[in-house]
Parts: sequence; structure tokens; C-alpha cells
Amino acid sequence: MTVLDQQPDAAGPGRPHPAPPPWHPGAQAPRTDPAPLLPDPAPVRALGTPAASSLDPELLRGLYRRLVAGRRYNQQATTLTKQGRLAVYPASTGQEACEVAAAAVLREDDWLFPSYRDTLAVVSRGVDPLEALTLLRGDAHSGWDPVRWRTAPLSTPLATQLPHAVGLAHAARLRGDDVVALAMVGDGGTSEGDFHEALNFAAVLNAPVVFLVQNNGYAISVPLAKQSAAPSLAHKAVGYGVPGRLVDGNDAAAVHTVLAEAVEHARSGRGPVLVEAVTYRLDPHTNADDAGRYRGDDEVAAWRAHDPVALMERHLRDAGLLDDEAVRQAADAAEELAARMREEFHAEPKLDPMSLFAHVYAEPTPQLREQADQLAAELDAEAVAR
Amino acid sequence: MTTAPTAAGTAPAPAAPAATMAQAFNTALRHALRDDPSVHVLGEDVGTLGGVFRITDGLAAEFGDDRCTDTPLAEAGILGTAVGMAMYGLRPVVEMQFDAFAYPAFEQLVSHVAKMRNRTAGRMPLPITIRIPYGGGIGGVEHHSDSSEAYYVHTPGLHVVTPATVGDAYGLLRAAIASDDPVVVLEPKRLYWSKAAWNPEAPAAVEPLGRAVLRRPGTSAVLITYGPSLPVCLEAAEAAAAEGWDVGVLDLRSLVPFDDATVCEVVRGVGRAVVVHEASGFAGVGAEIAARVTERCFHHLEAPVLRVTGFDIPYPPPMLERHHLPGVDRILDALARLQWED
Ligand SMILES: Cc1ncc(C[n+]2csc(CCOP(=O)(O)OP(=O)(O)O)c2C)c(N)n1
Ligand SMILES: [Mg+2]
Repeated sequence: MTVLDQQPDAAGPGRPHPAPPPWHPGAQAPRTDPAPLLPDPAPVRALGTPAASSLDPELLRGLYRRLVAGRRYNQQATTLTKQGRLAVYPASTGQEACEVAAAAVLREDDWLFPSYRDTLAVVSRGVDPLEALTLLRGDAHSGWDPVRWRTAPLSTPLATQLPHAVGLAHAARLRGDDVVALAMVGDGGTSEGDFHEALNFAAVLNAPVVFLVQNNGYAISVPLAKQSAAPSLAHKAVGYGVPGRLVDGNDAAAVHTVLAEAVEHARSGRGPVLVEAVTYRLDPHTNADDAGRYRGDDEVAAWRAHDPVALMERHLRDAGLLDDEAVRQAADAAEELAARMREEFHAEPKLDPMSLFAHVYAEPTPQLREQADQLAAELDAEAVAR
Repeated sequence: MTTAPTAAGTAPAPAAPAATMAQAFNTALRHALRDDPSVHVLGEDVGTLGGVFRITDGLAAEFGDDRCTDTPLAEAGILGTAVGMAMYGLRPVVEMQFDAFAYPAFEQLVSHVAKMRNRTAGRMPLPITIRIPYGGGIGGVEHHSDSSEAYYVHTPGLHVVTPATVGDAYGLLRAAIASDDPVVVLEPKRLYWSKAAWNPEAPAAVEPLGRAVLRRPGTSAVLITYGPSLPVCLEAAEAAAAEGWDVGVLDLRSLVPFDDATVCEVVRGVGRAVVVHEASGFAGVGAEIAARVTERCFHHLEAPVLRVTGFDIPYPPPMLERHHLPGVDRILDALARLQWED
């Protein structure tokens, strides 16, 4: 028996109680009908479907060239890492369709918020590989001017960039600009609180943000099945009142189509969209990873048969949109990019130890000035010793 | 430390096999899982992969997924879940993958893990171990080299230990797991592959938390340090010997509880002390140590307690980290400033 179970006082008549408020103030029905928000259970595909014929051939050929260059970029960066020229490289091999499409759907004044694996999207945005890769080379945290390129620094703490994208898009809307932010995250990153907070904020603020989840099946060693019990990651949008789309992430035409629609949706003031692109990381997590510990060769082989670069080439050739000459040109351009990367990255980077103190604050504190003097004296002594 | 400070590590057991610090941590977890069915390991990639540093290697295979669990990628979720498990009587050991990736769990740590015993007037202790690889010197890119100890030691309710030797990796982790209070175990990741004679079949007895140990005796000055800076200090002491200073090295091992007794005993014996750590100096652990030593040993000091620490800057990119990390030369410079004139 608890205090709550005591018998009522026999004397007092019950006071009349006001009627309860409606279960949801001001609304008898849900504010948003979830049905149109639900992702189609089958991922959107374009290549090899009748839809492909309606796509602009020049756009498709452009995507193809970028895929070929993107694959070469991944290979070259991996080689540079083996040669000790990069500290670490998380390759996006197998995910090039998502990487290049994410950049291709944006206007110059739109913003990209890349995750740590997305240097190819950054390069596709126009940033030089030398600048895009400083973090991974190890000479500087972020190599490009984020304002000039409308591209945020790579975000290594997973999902933390997503609320930033929401805030930026919100600010653009407040300013009356029709700018869209596209934020990239992995399947693993969708488990972080920041992912959920970002979706909710975007929905409530009606911010023009497109969330692109690259579901490549793994977060390092952890497979999707241990990451989420949802029917799809696109379903995660529904609870926030955001439309979710599911797309074949290795079909560059489909990714482009879905992302372009999402960007248009956001730009036109209809709020955020969550896109899940189903893809696969063909390389290990990084060069330091031993993928054999958690996945079999069969699985990798099956995905190699669904390679985004080969897929695009096959379909463009079948459609008569690509000939040997165009394929050769794309390969040559990719080789040029690789040669340029080799040349740039085999040169020693310019390092200035005194830069460590340069941008901690707008003005160095008195203590930092002292510390900078100390390092300068040490460097002088080192130089004398040599 | 109640016993007289002596050079620890002493003579290796005859023909003892060599092991890495990573193997010692792994063995500690294995023995804890074996000895106590309430111990559960959880974290990102700790199962099938065995952790990105392989500290949990083989544990899921040996004890099953329920004892060593790959969680979704969410540090607040990992630690918050551990709180609930501990509330129900389990003894969770969580892994944060890297120092800087523990920050999403900060609220759980500060608001719940550290305070539950106090909030519940002792009725609900939380025997949680939080393992965090920390520190730099591994060529890691941004967010992979933080020395975050000051945040933790500044949070009442948390024990904070940081082993620097293979033997202590085992002993301190076992003691942390056995503790009925939450313990943050800061693992110096750049020492994971350091080797020493150590027999996993006959590990040393588990010591109570909170004891510093003198790694090298010295009569002129003492370097007070912990974790990743211990080998640097031993090297500096060796170099100092060549310059005529007999410098001791004191390994704190435990930051909370702090071993005032041993620290003061050693400092009073030599009269000169330098604190060395990788973390930024401003309001760092070294500041606390210098203040405590000054308060307690003032009349024995021949010179102010100096600090050699990382600069007050965000951790640099790998190609510049050597300029940030306290090295032998900076320690020798500090020793030279200990007012030797008279
Ligand atoms: C907050 C945080 N926790 C942990 C890590 C360590 N970490 C780096 S990548 C990664 C897996 C990410 O998986 P996913 O989001 O699927 O992206 P993918 O690597 O597949 O591109 C982890 C756990 C991190 N970078 N940030
Ligand atoms: Mg992934």
C-alpha cells in the first residue's frame, strides 16, 4: 500500500475537474501525414531503366568522366599513402558515384559539409587535391578556404558537421538567400545524437538542407545490422517529419537525380530531405585497417560486380552515348590528374613551426607570445647546431 | 605510496616472456571477464575486430558477444547504457575509440557517472571502467592525439589512472575494473607497442589505485610525470646524468587519487622538481602538482617547481607535432633553470 492507495476522505465531494486538453494542443490530427515521407522500399535506380533515356547525355558523360577521374584519385591517394606521402587515407573506392554526384548537384553558392572520407567530393567541388588532402597528408588541419569553396572543413568527429549544415542553411534562409547545404555522413554516423538533433532542427526550422547518408555497409568493422534495426536508414527521416529517399548509391545517374530533386525541394522552401545511398566501400576502412577480420572476399567480389564506374561505362556504351575515343579521353584525363598528384605530393610540404601559434586566437594571448618566443629560440638553437 | 620509494620494475623474472602494453591490457580484460561474470566489455569495434588497437582482441570469440559487444556508433549511448547496466549490478568496461571521440559521452560522464554515488547518498555506486587511448606522438591526424586528462581529473567522483609500463597496464586496469567507483583509464596509445619482460601467465598482484612509484632514483632533482611522458623523462634523466645531474623520475600512475605522500617524500629528499606532461600547460595537471608540492614542501624547495608541457594550442598536425611535444631538450632546459648557482 502506497500513499496513493489511501481511501478518499468520505466527507468531501469531488470538485469538478476541467475537461482534459486535446492530446496535442491545437491539432487533432498529426501535423504531417507520414505516408508521403516514407521511402520507397526499393532504391531508386536510373541506369538500365527507361528513365535513363530521359537523362541529359552530356550530364551522363560528365558524370562518367568524373567517376573515372575519381577512381584514379582514390588509387593514387592510396599509393601515396603506401609511399609514406600521406599519413592515412580513407578511400572512397566504390563510393565514387555518391562523391561526384554530391558535388555535381550543387550551385557555386551552395554549401558542402563533407565527412572525413569525402575528399573526393571536395575535389569534385573544385578544390585542388593538394589542398583537399592536407589533413591526411599531415601538414595542416584544413587546406582550403572554406568560404571561397563554400565547403566546410572535413569533419572527423562523426556527424558533428550535420548541425552546422542546418545552422548555415537556416542562416541563409534568414538572410533571404536561396542557398542549400548538403551534408554527408556514413551509416555509422547516423547512430550519433548529432545526426538526430540535426534532422529535428532542420525539420522544425524548415532549413534547406539535404542529408546524404552513404550507407557503405560498415562502420569500420561494424556491419549495418549491428548499427541499426530500422527497415532502412532513410526511414529515420520519417519520425522527424522529413521525407526519406532510398537510392542505389553505385548508380551515379540515380544518385544525381535523387539529390538534384532533394536540392530543388530544399531550395524551394519545402524543407530538408534525407537521402540514403546504398553503396559499398571496396577498400579497407583506411590503409591501417585489416578488413579480412570482418568481411569475406565473396562479399567484396559481389560488390565489385556492381562497380559504379564500370556500371556507368556499360550503360553509356549500350545507349550509344560513349565510344572508345571518349573512354580513352576520360582515362587520359584521369592519368593526368594522377601524375599531377604524384608530382605535388612527392615534393616536401612547406612547414612553418611558428604557424602553430598563428591562428589559435585572433590575437595571440600574452602566454602564447611567450611560448612562441620559446619555440623560436629552440629553432634558432637547432639551426645553429646544424 | 606507503613503502619506501625504490626503483620499480626491479629485476625481470628470469626468462620471463616479453609482452607489449597492448597485450597486457588485453590480458587484464581477459582475466577480468574470466574471474567475474558481471564484467562486460562494450564499445565501437571491440567485438569482431578486437578494437582498432586490438586491445579487445579475441574476447568476443572467447566469451561471446554478450560479454564483449560491438555497439552502435554513439559514445553517449555507450556510456549511458553502461550506467544502466551498472545500476542493475553489472560491471561494464567501455572503450572510447580515441581521446577526442570520448567527448560526446562527456555529459554522461560528468552528470551521471561521476555523481551517482553522491546523488544517491552512496546507495548506487557505479563500478564502470572507461578506457580511453590518449595522447600524441603517433602521427595521428586531427582529433586523434588529445591529452584530455585535465577534464577528467577536474570532475569530482572520477578516479583517473594512466599506466606507463607493461606491468602497470595489467595491474591498473584490473584494479580499475575491481573498483566500485568509476575509473577513467587513460591508455598512452604511443606506448601500446612498447615491450617489456612480463609474463601474462603470472601477472603481478593487483595494487590499490593511488600509488606513485619511483622509476629512477636521483639525488639532484626529480621529474614528476605519468603515462606517455615517462619514457621521455627516463631518457632525459639519462642525458642529465651525462651533464652531472643525478635526476630521479617519479611515475604518478594515478592522478586521482593523488599520492601526495610519495610525491612529497621524494621532493623533500631532493629539493628540486620538474613536472612533465604532454597536455597543454595552462590549468593542466602539472599546475595542480606544482601547487600541491609548493604548499606541502615549500621549505624543502631549492627552486620553484617548473613545468614542461605541450603548448597552449590545439594539437598540431602530425608533421609539426614534434615541436609541440615535450622532449629531452626542453626537460634539460628546465633542469638547468632550477637555481643551481649556490
Ligand atoms: C565521434 C566519433 N566516434 C568515433 C570515431 C572513430 N571512427 C572513425 S570512422 C568510424 C566509422 C565510421 O563509419 P561510417 O559512419 O559508416 O562511415 P564510413 O567510415 O563507412 O565512411 C569511426 C568509429 C569518430 N571519428 N568520431
Ligand atoms: Mg559506413
